[in-house]
Amino acid sequence: MTILLMLVQIIVLFVLVMLHVAYATYFERKIIGHMQVRLGPMQVGWHGLLQPIADGIKSFFKEDIIPEQADRPTFMAAPIICLVAMMTSLAVLPFAKGWVLADINIGLLFIFAMSSLASYGVVLAGWASNSKFSFLGGLRSMAQVISYEIAMGLSLVGVMLMSGSLNLTQIVEAQGNSILGMYLLPQCIGFFVFFISMLAETNRVPFDLPEAETELVSGYCTEYSGMRYAIFFMAEYIGMMVMAAIGTVCFLGGWNGPFAVPFFPPLWFLLKIYLFMFIFIWIRATLPRYRYDQLMDLGWKLLIPLALVNIVVTACLKAMIG
Amino acid sequence: MDASPIPQEYLGILLLLLFGILFGVLTLFVGRFFRLSRPYHEKLIAYESGNEPTEAPRMRFSVKFYLIAILFVVFDVEAIYLYPWAVSYDRLGLFALVEMLLFIFLLLVGYVYAWKKGVLQWEK
Repeated sequence: MTILLMLVQIIVLFVLVMLHVAYATYFERKIIGHMQVRLGPMQVGWHGLLQPIADGIKSFFKEDIIPEQADRPTFMAAPIICLVAMMTSLAVLPFAKGWVLADINIGLLFIFAMSSLASYGVVLAGWASNSKFSFLGGLRSMAQVISYEIAMGLSLVGVMLMSGSLNLTQIVEAQGNSILGMYLLPQCIGFFVFFISMLAETNRVPFDLPEAETELVSGYCTEYSGMRYAIFFMAEYIGMMVMAAIGTVCFLGGWNGPFAVPFFPPLWFLLKIYLFMFIFIWIRATLPRYRYDQLMDLGWKLLIPLALVNIVVTACLKAMIG
Repeated sequence: MDASPIPQEYLGILLLLLFGILFGVLTLFVGRFFRLSRPYHEKLIAYESGNEPTEAPRMRFSVKFYLIAILFVVFDVEAIYLYPWAVSYDRLGLFALVEMLLFIFLLLVGYVYAWKKGVLQWEK
């Protein structure tokens, strides 16, 4: 019985997340279009509203090309590894009090584990394609993701210190009595480090070096086409949402808002995620891409020391205040 | 308590995992009957700006990537050590703080060493 109920919840969650992925791509194109004084998609439906649906149908019917030289099993498994790893992390996100699929006590650790697994998909895709661009893209992505994962992992230790838990629901509840009901101000260094590593972890501009089109064509997914490419794309957008959700839970007070919303408790949570997504897109429209050595310097020489300082300061302050 | 081998809280994760695999495999499998497939040699060679690929793509690459991977293991293990400490910091008291400061200091020594050796410098 519980299993049946859970399956229904999973299907609802899945459909909603897929809709969000589809319309995140729509709003990305629309917002960037308007920021560049263009209109963005306008043809399919009213103001292009049906564009993501059309794109989905199109990629479903596109030819699926697997290069002769590719390592077929790995080539076929890689997008699915990415998608499954990203989707599984959705299970531990608390959308509102009690609105969580799997309320485990190591939620944050689980999300880190899953985002590490997703980078396997990228590396395997780059290796299996047997193309130079894919190979270099996969390598770069691996080095970038693991470098920034350390910074991200360390930046959240401050939040764990303050809340005394890894469970995402408890982290949100622990924020209730801090300033503005969120850890944004007390953990501002942590948030700074987290925010930058979040952009790097999801391979977004200005850190989209794995798929820098001017030098690597399309990076690790150069050889992918049709639905396989679409699955990579979905995984990337789900990854963005998961990271936005982690930022919301750990620094912006989760589902808590200025006032409680009667019939739809996750409203504030969703609004905060939309804010994060908008900033993702805004940054993409604004900033140029980093150079690879600058990217590595930023991660290793600035963010990791900053995160360590944040841990020490938080721990000392907490010991003094009690 | 129930005797099921999986703790109840993890059931959702397992189901979502299976659902994700099923979705990925099924869309690709079902799509096979709908999409067209006209492979020929030129279409199936690896992309290299339209030329025949010149050499094996899995070539030798910079040793920096290995160094980054090794450093990652060191620092990620450190981060994992910090998690249980951070979670139970309230209960451990001052002793834990001093101990963790020592731990972080030892890591900093290694970090400074790596920096001085130029491991963190991507280009000289």
